Amino acid sequence: MTATVLPPENLAPTGAGVQRGRLYGGIAMIVVGLYGVWAFGLGSRTSGVDTRFVLNLSNATGLTLPDLTFPAGPVALVLAVLAALCGAAKLALPLSGRRNAAVMGVFLLSYVLAFLVWAAAGQSLNLAAVLEATVLAAVPLVLGALAGVMGERSGVINVGIEGQFLLGACTAAFTASLTGSLWAGMAAGCLAGGLFGLLLAVFAQRYLVEQVVLGVVLTMLATGLTGFFYESVMQRDSITYNQALSFPDLEIPLLSKLPLIGPVLFDQNIIVYLAMALIALVHVALFRTRWGLRTRAVGEHPTAADTVGINVIRTRYLNMFAAGLIAGLGGVWLTIGLNISFNKNMAAGQGFIALAAVIFGRWSPVGALWAALLFGFAGGLSTAVQPLQTPVPTSFLTMLPYLATIFAVAGLVGHVRAPAADGQPYTKG
Amino acid sequence: MALELRGITKRFGSLVANDAIDLEVRPGEIHCLLGENGAGKSTLMNILYGLYQPDEGEIRVGGSPLRLDGPRSAINAGIGMVHQHFMLVPVFTVAENVMLGDERVKGPLLDQGAARRHVREVSERYGLAVDPDATVGDLPVGVQQRVEIVKALTRNAKILILDEPTAVLTPQETRELFTVMGRLREAGTAIVFITHKLKEVKAIADRITVIRRGKVVGTADPSASESELAALMVGRQVRLKVEKEPARDTGAAPAFSVRDLTVRNLAGQAVVDGVSLDIRPGEVLGVAGVQGNGQTELTQAVLGLIEPESGSIVLDGAELTGRSPRERLRAGLGFVPEDRGHDGLVGTASVAENLILDLYDRPPFGRRGTMDVREVRRNAAQRVEEFDIRTTSIEQPVGELSGGNQQKVVVAREMSRPLRMLVISQPTRGVDVGAMEFIHQRIIRERDQGRPVLLVSTELDEVMALSDRVAVMYGGKIVAVVPADTSTEKIGLLMAGANPEDVVDE
Repeated sequence: MTATVLPPENLAPTGAGVQRGRLYGGIAMIVVGLYGVWAFGLGSRTSGVDTRFVLNLSNATGLTLPDLTFPAGPVALVLAVLAALCGAAKLALPLSGRRNAAVMGVFLLSYVLAFLVWAAAGQSLNLAAVLEATVLAAVPLVLGALAGVMGERSGVINVGIEGQFLLGACTAAFTASLTGSLWAGMAAGCLAGGLFGLLLAVFAQRYLVEQVVLGVVLTMLATGLTGFFYESVMQRDSITYNQALSFPDLEIPLLSKLPLIGPVLFDQNIIVYLAMALIALVHVALFRTRWGLRTRAVGEHPTAADTVGINVIRTRYLNMFAAGLIAGLGGVWLTIGLNISFNKNMAAGQGFIALAAVIFGRWSPVGALWAALLFGFAGGLSTAVQPLQTPVPTSFLTMLPYLATIFAVAGLVGHVRAPAADGQPYTKG
Repeated sequence: MALELRGITKRFGSLVANDAIDLEVRPGEIHCLLGENGAGKSTLMNILYGLYQPDEGEIRVGGSPLRLDGPRSAINAGIGMVHQHFMLVPVFTVAENVMLGDERVKGPLLDQGAARRHVREVSERYGLAVDPDATVGDLPVGVQQRVEIVKALTRNAKILILDEPTAVLTPQETRELFTVMGRLREAGTAIVFITHKLKEVKAIADRITVIRRGKVVGTADPSASESELAALMVGRQVRLKVEKEPARDTGAAPAFSVRDLTVRNLAGQAVVDGVSLDIRPGEVLGVAGVQGNGQTELTQAVLGLIEPESGSIVLDGAELTGRSPRERLRAGLGFVPEDRGHDGLVGTASVAENLILDLYDRPPFGRRGTMDVREVRRNAAQRVEEFDIRTTSIEQPVGELSGGNQQKVVVAREMSRPLRMLVISQPTRGVDVGAMEFIHQRIIRERDQGRPVLLVSTELDEVMALSDRVAVMYGGKIVAVVPADTSTEKIGLLMAGANPEDVVDE
């Protein structure tokens, strides 16, 4: 098939497919909302009991918020009705872009809250703890996703973030234990990720290896290498080679005293702050600086970049190395950021989730942050709800947040477009 | 600044793409480089832009010899190039495209304001209206080309190379481009204008250099006649006019009809929008239009490569919609796609195999699940002879042939089975003049045998020369169907989206 010549992405979609999406989406949201009304609002679990939401971490020292106690049934009912109304709004009104996203956001938020009110009926749930778990789980995801964004924006697909996590985690734990310096551990972990990224870029660009396969293979290499190193060296003498170490928490004055978010965001260790700074830095750099303009040009139309004198291949190598440093930092977090010693395959697929965050975040650093927080929230939620003894099977609980994520992504992201030259090695002529 | 090339030679393996080429361009002149596809024009320009390094020879700018080891050094030497396929990032704004590689910064950040001012300055000075904040992908092709010129001028290009700049333009846009080129000439810019279109050469060139098979074969004056120039370019006398009788049987009932055909793309836009047309037996209906106005989808819907949303397609009384492409081919539909390399041929398969791509499983070539290789070879030998396909052997991979010979393979395949109708898209794109002449004759021969022919081409001259009636397509609609002797001017206006009533009223 020949490509259609009209550029599809720049015009407001008005076709039958979109209308059908609106119809099915709206109906599905109403049905799910009404189910919530019946199960959460009118069910026996919530009738006649109160739910208590705690809004402070147990060690909070600054301003605190009072606990929220309210009758479970009516509140869950109202929230579920709100969710159903969102479905009705989607069905009835032609919502475009931003408004559609807002309606989907309200739907998800109210529905998740209704679920939480129901799950914690007659008990108490610490929302601040859920938030903290969300942030901690999002740190490696957002670092990995930033690396992915930098690579793909310059036209190199990096499926090897998982491998960079493992290498970073292993190298950081080993170096920090051996030298006694956490900073040395961090530097070594980042460097390991950077070299991995460079290796991937060289194979992809110089030897034209298919990039998805390449990333998977290199991840397997990293898994094998770190596993072997763990068994043959680190495990033998974990005091010397593999201690559980961590950067100390740094409390930021004033900000850490804010209610709810203060201790969650501003009483963490240096890697969390580095991650926040890197998101802002990469976002501004990508869209407002010379480096960013050139990077995006190289990822969209490398020949055009070449004809104005930009060195395409060098740009890609540099980006992949810098991105690798950041992905390596994500690995560093997994050991000396969380006070955990290295273990075989400890990244457990988080590198691949970071890759998903790249796409869900539409190849933008800030988008990747939201995506990472959503995934992090998924993890934090299932951990928090499990002790509440709900009738929902535990494995289904672990799955539910991911289902919500997929649902949100289908509704919120819609049509996404990768950089045009993503995954294609540049060859002259 | 004057540009001088002396004895430029470039070899790719055993192929000599440029053989001791001399060329001199003075400031304030438009120097036309005329040659067929594959004559070596693009290689020469890539050398001039630093993308290739010559094996021998010397480039001089302003009298001093220059080593060009990349686009950067070409830009620094004052050479600007407008590539045939635009070197613009579609998702960037005009200002971002123009400043790319030459960015103005304020501290660590890009200075978007300065970039915008720079674009406005240059576009006002030369009358090249462009909006610095528009996204390039949203702009019409003619405006994108202006952006390319602005891009070169903001880099202080004193020597501007335009590589086949008119290939994508409507006649009106071409005229605007010529006005701009005239203004640049007055401002003292040296312009190299690469083309194979003789009319344009005569309209704008100050001097003409003709190259053929990598060599300069002569220089000419713009006053030379078109046939003189063609003879120089091709190396023999060619007939530029298609010889044909007027269509017979103009009163006959249509053999092929399309009614209210609508095709939507993935984004839901109607790329073919309620199209109706009729073609009588023995008539060529030409579809004129700028690339991307739904012609591709129209032909694909006729063959059945895409399913229309609504409408009907009838050939000799039989409805075609809902049938597979194979059924339609077997029903006697001949189809020459616009992109032969992509849709018309299997590049790595042999000439012989490509000649039976749609017949391999039927007698005489296929019997009970096996192919009769001897029959395939016999057929190939016959077609190669009949269609004058220049190949080293029938076993040669078709991708190794020249563009013209590849196209002859497609045409030979489609025209060598009994047809009820021929759909032919861009019949001579990237085809040399010799092969062009031949393919045109074969199209007319199909017509004269009483078949309806649907011809789609973005080369307006070709549509006018071959068609009995011309349908103009714009924005997915057939905006007018006019006789083939309508003026180029009027058809050009229709192609650009002018209101048909205004045009006819003139």
